[in-house]
Amino acid sequence: MPLRLDADERAWLDGAAGPARRLAMRLIVHAARNARAERLRPITRAHVDGCLYHGPVSVDFARTLADAGARVVVPTTLNVSAIDHLHPDLFRGAARIADGARALRRAYAAMGCRQTWTCAPYQLPDRPAFGEQIAWAESNAIVFANSVLGARTERYGDFIDIAAAITGRVPDAGLHRDEGRHARVLVQVRGVSATERTRDLFFAALGHQVGLAVGGAIPVIEGVDHAAEDDLKALGAAAASSGAVAMFHVAGVTPEAPTVAAALGGRPPERVVRMGPADLAAALRALGGDTDAPLGAVCLGTPHFSVAEFRRLRAALAGRPIDSSVRLYVSTGRDVLAAVAAEGWADDLRAAGVTLVTDTCTYLTPILEPRPGAVMTNSAKWAWYAPGNLGCQVVFASLEACVESAVRGRVCHDPAMRELTGA
Amino acid sequence: MPEVLHAGRGAGAVVVLDAPLSFWGGVDEAEGTVIDVHHPQRGAPLAGRVLVMPAGRGSSSSSSVLAELIRNGHAPAAILLREADPILAMGALVAAELYGRQVPVVVLEPDAYAAAARAARLAVTAPEGDDARLVPLPAP
Repeated sequence: MPLRLDADERAWLDGAAGPARRLAMRLIVHAARNARAERLRPITRAHVDGCLYHGPVSVDFARTLADAGARVVVPTTLNVSAIDHLHPDLFRGAARIADGARALRRAYAAMGCRQTWTCAPYQLPDRPAFGEQIAWAESNAIVFANSVLGARTERYGDFIDIAAAITGRVPDAGLHRDEGRHARVLVQVRGVSATERTRDLFFAALGHQVGLAVGGAIPVIEGVDHAAEDDLKALGAAAASSGAVAMFHVAGVTPEAPTVAAALGGRPPERVVRMGPADLAAALRALGGDTDAPLGAVCLGTPHFSVAEFRRLRAALAGRPIDSSVRLYVSTGRDVLAAVAAEGWADDLRAAGVTLVTDTCTYLTPILEPRPGAVMTNSAKWAWYAPGNLGCQVVFASLEACVESAVRGRVCHDPAMRELTGA
Repeated sequence: MPEVLHAGRGAGAVVVLDAPLSFWGGVDEAEGTVIDVHHPQRGAPLAGRVLVMPAGRGSSSSSSVLAELIRNGHAPAAILLREADPILAMGALVAAELYGRQVPVVVLEPDAYAAAARAARLAVTAPEGDDARLVPLPAP
């Protein structure tokens, strides 16, 4: 069946609602034809990733829409920027990038987008409900919305994200449909379980291996009986970095997987993958878990740090300052920072030597002070992308080991690492 | 039958990637070379080449990176995939809408993909629809 548009959609495509809506419809229709969709579907909200500056094309596109009078027709949030708009002095990159970032802020604001500037829109109040049809970009947000919230979004990227916000439509395909959400690969975790001490490492390493094993397929993970939201955030972000995972199920944990069979939609898995201590050890090595190097900085908050993670950070610091030889950066959303500041925690952390970064992230833009030494992180996503983006050496460890290292001024090996892998 | 995700024509030397690649974080935006430190073809130049790779991967910013490469003249001449990648197709579409430059994005069936990967140089002609043609070219 070819794509059928309703009367409104045809009129928008013909330009009846102006050139901006027409361009946005051309993008949606192109995507719908490629997805073999038979119709479009309304959405209730959007999250836009195209507000990150990648070069003149980012600004040309946003201005083309904004100058033509485009307005979003559903509540629309913004992903990260190339700069920290609240703390612009933190940006150490070229002036043309900062200028581009500001031009994008003006264009997306003119279209009616909320200035959220976070890669973790699921931490904002009023997040999507189970079953809600949405259009989210940013790989970690996509995988979280589908897997943890049970909201429905395809793997949207730059350009189509704002096109969906302007039209209120997406192709009726893929993860928007019941049959597109069933797992195809069964991942059986055996011989390892996450304790309180090992949970960072476990979920990040598992996500990394799952991404490598399944590519873009939907897995159902069996053998993990408990996970907090931040654990699932780490798992999803890792799997969407090493692979193209847009949704995962954890049997007995995530909302569309009461059982393995339910997650599989009643069909047998196309593939069964077993994961044990040796696989997790391989993931930890690949992420930089066995690196022994002088320490230059610690980066936390990829994806953006939650209030619960700030609580853990405070507990790990226990009132101690960061060593003067090390910088500790925490990337977070401005809404979470406001909540943390209201508790008095932001002042405490800054007094301890912590640099709080909002609106952007330390792995994608020049924020880190240039200094020798490796960078330690508890984020598989940071560990995956930073060596290419920033050219730095990464040491991967739990949040607690990262903080201990920052306080002592040297890499402190993670006892949890040995506990988890049995090495 | 090949599936044309974005129409266009392009020709050049073939570069074959053995693993999926995310353009964002994986390709230098100014020069068009592979910078993904995890990728087996790290350092491979993509500008002006017929890129043959199994699939895209990861970041939703890859649309922007491809569109930027098309704008600045360092994009692949054509992209041939084994699995559809809507994110790359969207980057090609936006570059066409903004700058009028067409870089074809085509999904091939296994035999055609294997043949493309063996070619040294290819000319890709991909009109709207499903009748894309790949013609091997002699060495320059």
